[in-house]
Amino acid sequence: MPDDKSDRSPWNWLLLVPIAIPLMTFLYNADEPRLFGFPLFYWLQIAFIALGVATTTLVYRVTRRGRRRP
Amino acid sequence: MNAHTTELVVFAVLFLAVSVMGFVAARWRRPENIESLHEWGLGGRSFGSWITWFLVGGDLYTAYTFVAVPALVFGAGALGFYALPYTVVVYPLVFLVLARMWSVSHVHGFVTPADFVRARFGSPTLALIIAITGLVATMPYIALQLVGIEAVLKAMGITGHLPIVIAFAILAAYTYQSGLRAPALIAFVKDALIYIVIIAAVVYIPAKLGGWGHIFDSAAAKFAKTPAPADGILLTGANQLQYVSLAFGSALALFLYPHSLTGVLASKNRNVIKRNMSALPAYSLVLGLIALLGFMAIAAGTKPIVGPGGKADSNTIVPVLFDQLFPDWFAGVAYAAIGIGALVPAAIMSIAAANLFTRNIYREYINRDATDAQEAKVSKLVSLVVKVGAVLCILLLDPQFSIDLQLIGGVIILQTLPSVALGLYTRWFHKGGLMAGWAAGLAAGLWMLYLTPNPANGKLHFGGSAFALKNLGLDTPMTIYTGFLALIVNLVVAVLGTLLFRALKVRDGEDATSRDDYFADEGDPRVKDLDLAGSH
Repeated sequence: MPDDKSDRSPWNWLLLVPIAIPLMTFLYNADEPRLFGFPLFYWLQIAFIALGVATTTLVYRVTRRGRRRP
Repeated sequence: MNAHTTELVVFAVLFLAVSVMGFVAARWRRPENIESLHEWGLGGRSFGSWITWFLVGGDLYTAYTFVAVPALVFGAGALGFYALPYTVVVYPLVFLVLARMWSVSHVHGFVTPADFVRARFGSPTLALIIAITGLVATMPYIALQLVGIEAVLKAMGITGHLPIVIAFAILAAYTYQSGLRAPALIAFVKDALIYIVIIAAVVYIPAKLGGWGHIFDSAAAKFAKTPAPADGILLTGANQLQYVSLAFGSALALFLYPHSLTGVLASKNRNVIKRNMSALPAYSLVLGLIALLGFMAIAAGTKPIVGPGGKADSNTIVPVLFDQLFPDWFAGVAYAAIGIGALVPAAIMSIAAANLFTRNIYREYINRDATDAQEAKVSKLVSLVVKVGAVLCILLLDPQFSIDLQLIGGVIILQTLPSVALGLYTRWFHKGGLMAGWAAGLAAGLWMLYLTPNPANGKLHFGGSAFALKNLGLDTPMTIYTGFLALIVNLVVAVLGTLLFRALKVRDGEDATSRDDYFADEGDPRVKDLDLAGSH
């Protein structure tokens, strides 16, 4: 039973999104628009935290195993 | 009377309360017998999601981070904010990797990353290289935690080294007694204090300084006046590559540090780790806000404390900012948060360093038949030695030396990536290729660091991790993170070396792990240390 145990899942590819997006400086390297006085550079990067949390939570939930076990 | 009396009293009371907790921790979740590395060094490998969250968070986000990141933002602006993308990128990056590492360590009873390399590549020499790299990278990091405490003490008007020696003596005593349980328990207090202080700071200070908009505008105005072209509240064309490669390189390096893995291996199953990958970014939010304290200090006109040598210590800007703006009692709480924030990582790092010595040097080369109790005893003693070493580093050497060493540490720990992280996925690499890659990456990294000056303090060498691409003959003002380039050199040499050794039919080591080991979970059968006693 080679595939009885595995982390393999197409959902895992989603993890690349919060890795790639925060490394693209052209998305956020600007002052305007400001939010609550925060330049875009700061508030958008802080917002990426939510992107990371949402992605890891989603991937964890849909790939969780254990329920399959007797 | 000292003007800082209230601050001092609050600081001392909280510090003592935490010290008592450290000793009591030995009784917390008490095992039948603490005399093994699985108990003393990994808390019985039994921590659930909450404890792991506090422990790993308390471990990764250190006191030094809390003073150095805002100091960097204060001095350089946007570049210092790399700490945010770094700590966003890291969790999705290691989400699957750490689960594999946990599983294979669970099955084989590994305590350190070098244990894994020993079994995977069947090479005690490669494991020794990994262990020594980990030790060299961790030691200055422990010393830097003292720099964090010292920054706070300076702000309270305390100079001299005696208080630090006392603080570390207490820390050493309860780590010796309670092992990983001590920082796990203290982490609850540390993190609670940090959250309280930061939430108060981001609500209270901007209101006092005229709002966030004004804070950013003041910072922009300050950077516009300086002659340095690369500073400012946004990135410039010259430092964008540096920003991205530093964030990504630091993310790759973070869980290669032995102390990061200690917290991960102490958790009780795979789900605890995966859940924490979603929960740990809460600390990244705090770190982002802490970074912005650097801009608040600019808006508040904060001046760093000038040392006896006439050199301004930029690490003091956050403590001084708190002293300036918070009521005394709350500044005391904030200082305690930073001071205690130094204890948790210092304890875990010394445990991790001690475990490396015990498992990969003592057991491998000194006492092949060490019992669990002997291992625990050696680790406890080494954890004391490590702390004495850290204190001596600070007492005898310029603190700048520790800062330089930590910078080098980040670059060299990355050189263990092919063996440790890629090794979790593939056995393709030849052990000789990995050693050659490690050596080449290390040499390239040190050479690039040597070529990097720091115009801000007049240093000609080891002045930072931003390597100027014009050193390679490229006609550009751009810089890149040294560790990242060194890792590329490492990988290229490891691949070529592997092909060469295969072609020459040089004997490779045996792999003691099997495919299913990488997916095992709580309750699955373990191998009882067979692999570590295996052939040379």
